[in-house]
Amino acid sequence: MPFGNTHNNFKLNYKVEEEFPDLSKHNNHMAKVLTKEIYGKLRDKQTPSGYTLDDVIQTGVDNPGHPFIMTVGCVAGDEESYEVFKDLLDPVISDRHGGYKATDKHKTDLNFENLKGGDDLDPNYVLSSRVRTGRSIKGFTLPPHNSRGERRLIEKLSVEALTSLDGEFKGKYYPLKSMTDAEQEQLIADHFLFDKPVSPLLTCAGMARDWPDARGIWHNDNKTFLVWVNEEDHLRVISMQKGGNMREVFRRFCTGLQRIEEIFKKHNHGFMWNEHLGYILTCPSNLGTGLRGGVHVKLPKLSTHPKFEEILTRLRLQKRGTGGVDTASVGGVFDISNADRLGSSEVYQVQLVVDGVKLMVEMEKKLEKGEAIDSMIPAQK
Amino acid sequence: VSHSKDLLQLNLTRMSAEEEYPDLSQHNNHMAKFLTLDMYKELRGRATSSGFTLEGLIQTGVDNPGHPFIMTVGCVAGDEETYEVFKELLDPVIEDRHGGYKPSDKHKTDLNPANLKGGDDLDPNYVLSSRVRTGRSIRGFCLPPHCSRGERRAVEKLSIEALDSLSGDLKGKYYALKNMTDAEQQQLIDDHFLFDKPVSPLLLASGMARDWPDARGIWHNDNKTFLVWVNEEDHLRVISMQKGGNMKEVFNRFCTGLTKIETLFKDRGHAFMWNEHLGYVLTCPSNLGTGLRAGVHVKLPNMSKHAKFEEVLKRLRLQKRGTGGVDTAAVGGVFDISNADRLGFSEVELVQMVVDGVRLLVDMEKKLEKGQSIDDLMPAQK
Repeated sequence: MPFGNTHNNFKLNYKVEEEFPDLSKHNNHMAKVLTKEIYGKLRDKQTPSGYTLDDVIQTGVDNPGHPFIMTVGCVAGDEESYEVFKDLLDPVISDRHGGYKATDKHKTDLNFENLKGGDDLDPNYVLSSRVRTGRSIKGFTLPPHNSRGERRLIEKLSVEALTSLDGEFKGKYYPLKSMTDAEQEQLIADHFLFDKPVSPLLTCAGMARDWPDARGIWHNDNKTFLVWVNEEDHLRVISMQKGGNMREVFRRFCTGLQRIEEIFKKHNHGFMWNEHLGYILTCPSNLGTGLRGGVHVKLPKLSTHPKFEEILTRLRLQKRGTGGVDTASVGGVFDISNADRLGSSEVYQVQLVVDGVKLMVEMEKKLEKGEAIDSMIPAQK
Repeated sequence: VSHSKDLLQLNLTRMSAEEEYPDLSQHNNHMAKFLTLDMYKELRGRATSSGFTLEGLIQTGVDNPGHPFIMTVGCVAGDEETYEVFKELLDPVIEDRHGGYKPSDKHKTDLNPANLKGGDDLDPNYVLSSRVRTGRSIRGFCLPPHCSRGERRAVEKLSIEALDSLSGDLKGKYYALKNMTDAEQQQLIDDHFLFDKPVSPLLLASGMARDWPDARGIWHNDNKTFLVWVNEEDHLRVISMQKGGNMKEVFNRFCTGLTKIETLFKDRGHAFMWNEHLGYVLTCPSNLGTGLRAGVHVKLPNMSKHAKFEEVLKRLRLQKRGTGGVDTAAVGGVFDISNADRLGFSEVELVQMVVDGVRLLVDMEKKLEKGQSIDDLMPAQK
């Protein structure tokens, strides 16, 4: 990244007190954890690729807080960041992921057959179902820090891997920088297109540098499986379709993901993963499964019920607007997804969504009939 | 060219030059015009002694291919040495931007307001306000795209000490952005003094908004005619302004204040960055030399619609902007007219061009109001 690591040693001419950021107005995970002592201990360190503490925390310094969500306030620049800066990142991870300890092990389960049910969410309420995750390619630095050369090689490898897929996964890659107007409009109409990030949470971390160089979208001909290349992570893998058949969405998700991983492994570029943190991604909030399984669901009555937030908390779910993170809901339609990422498996998290959404739709139906839902309030999962 | 062993540990050259070279095919800025693959190869392994690299220099120009109203520079300096270490790129950029200014040219500084002729009588029915601004960088610190929080705070501390010791007409007060009260903020907005966190992607992409609003602030005199921005796009931006058309008074105050501030900094062991080739050294190569933009807000509803408006401005060496400053459009026929040049002319010469040029534009406006032609008023190329 151009403005962060390159003069780390020069900054050491200034005392810790002089360089320590003012976090007095801040409310994010990084600000909660970063003391002068930790700053003093880590500020002269860098990862082998040159990523420094100030790089890690810049986004959290620049963005004191967020109206809807408690932001993380720090990012990784490479796989080693999670090791070199563990004095900061372990407590952040613990705080963000429900007390996950430095000694805990994370379980990966991408066997879709372990999911129970999920093929019958009521399509009158559940408008669409989607599962996404991210993957980082071992041997490259991450989007906040990578160079154009690395990003382009990631793109090249990704395109090779994806264009070799067949059957239901046969598809095509659309690089952002040479997209025709017609292609762009179609991708927007399909809700596939991602834009240059505008959220300062992302831009301050440096991940929008050189846009749109080496960024693109791949999707299958059926438009049910797509991959974003070089947005917030090396790869974002998305399975989606209209209606409530989350089971099918998850099957396709797991199958496609595993095929892609095999191809990358053959080229000696596995995905970044370890038994403590699971899949390694740019944002510490996405460690573990990196999985967000969600639906767009009509809950006009339930969403105005005083217990709505409580129910979501107990079901380990979160709500977002239908534009995704940083948006508000429109017309009583909410994006409901799993809140957890680390410490439970993919199957477990999607199960929570399936079971939780089924329950909320039943509650919605009760409220429509003017009935109480008190007897249905779930226990804390 | 300095290389410290520590800096060479940086992964400046992760992959080959061909693999790393930016795609500038859609780009239209000064940097993109000159950064060939060969030049990229030559410069990419270098760093200034504070660690500023080619990537830091060009990032804003890579991220921002072009601008609808102006030909952008597309590169910034991270410290004083940048202009030396990366001269192969910056010399042609400077030459292209500053009307053919050569690497061997010398720049003249003249901050003696007595040398300005006239300028106290621009018609206030047309000239609504007059303003002169410049920037100054404090030697020994890195520039806004690259500086650390510690450096930025040291710049702020020095600035407050220097400014607090001003007296008389220049006596004033510092308002730190980060602990401004709502009332103070509202007043500064009403006075048109407040600067906000930059929103222009040209600035954001260069890194100068990092850690906002830490160590940023505004100082102004009690009379509200002289103000200093601390740690925005440059270490200091110094502004003299007032309503009406008395540019002479504005320039007087500008020169007096600036000279006093420079003395106060020197007394504290910190000169301004200056050399006889580039004049005052600032973050953006477009502001080298004088760093001076002298301008007026002037009503030219008829003139601005005249077919020869652009040509007249060009010949007078003036430029137009909207009344919100760079990146804005004009409102109600009121334009911001200012000098186009920065380097290769002295401060007095540039303000003279504004004074003489605006007087002429107002005369032309008056003629057009009466339905008369302005053909005989067309100026020669200055």
